[in-house]
Amino acid sequence: MGEPVLLEFEVKPLDFLAAGEAAEHVKETLKTLGLSSDICRRAAVVAYEAEMNLVIHGGGGRMVLRVEEDRIAIIAVDKGPGIPDLSLAMQEGYSTAPDYIREMGFGAGMGLSNIKRNSDEFEIDTEIGKGTKLVSVIYIK
Amino acid sequence: MNLRNVRDILNAEVLWGEELLDEVEVEYAFASDLMSDVLAFATPGSFLLTGLTNVQIVRTASMMDMPGVVFVRGKRPGSEALSLAENMRIPLLLSCKSMFESCGLLFVAGILPCKILQRRS
Repeated sequence: MGEPVLLEFEVKPLDFLAAGEAAEHVKETLKTLGLSSDICRRAAVVAYEAEMNLVIHGGGGRMVLRVEEDRIAIIAVDKGPGIPDLSLAMQEGYSTAPDYIREMGFGAGMGLSNIKRNSDEFEIDTEIGKGTKLVSVIYIK
Repeated sequence: MNLRNVRDILNAEVLWGEELLDEVEVEYAFASDLMSDVLAFATPGSFLLTGLTNVQIVRTASMMDMPGVVFVRGKRPGSEALSLAENMRIPLLLSCKSMFESCGLLFVAGILPCKILQRRS
């Protein structure tokens, strides 16, 4: 691979029809680059959960895919309300999603832990009233 | 077995993907109405049974490389889910049986459960 591949997506708030389109692009792009199905799937889960978080909690935002020689980075940035208690938000089963989100099968409180589990490096910066930045890195073996 | 056998066992209606049923081999299944649980626990390549019908079901299946979706309790997905499944080439079946009965019939017929790995808290 030569130059890094860089893609950026706008994610709209509460658009549940389009939600997942960016993650689908991420997966397709990685497949086209010839990465293994395991790596593609892990990145897809990270991108999809991060995108759903932007849709549900973040008031929309941006998602960036950067593919380098030895790693994939997925970065999700929003200007939403921020996460008041990050360790609580990381707990499996903890969710602040409203009922209508849960009725769609989301808001089970697995999102952030799913992202972390599929990442080799994982970082969240969040500030109340300012927003949240999530960085997930997956090593390409 | 293949998805045609799944269709026959459940006496399911084929909503999309008739021409793919014979070629899609399946060994494992995962049943859930929580999409994040599907993303967390399903074995890649397993097929999905669910009682939800929104477009995100098809997206979730696609992310996890799931080769088919069975909607249970006779719940019919909308046109958006159908057209996305067509784009993704993911066959969709409709079972009028309950989740429990659908799973039970497939289990007895030899479909295996996804292994839930021990997880760190």
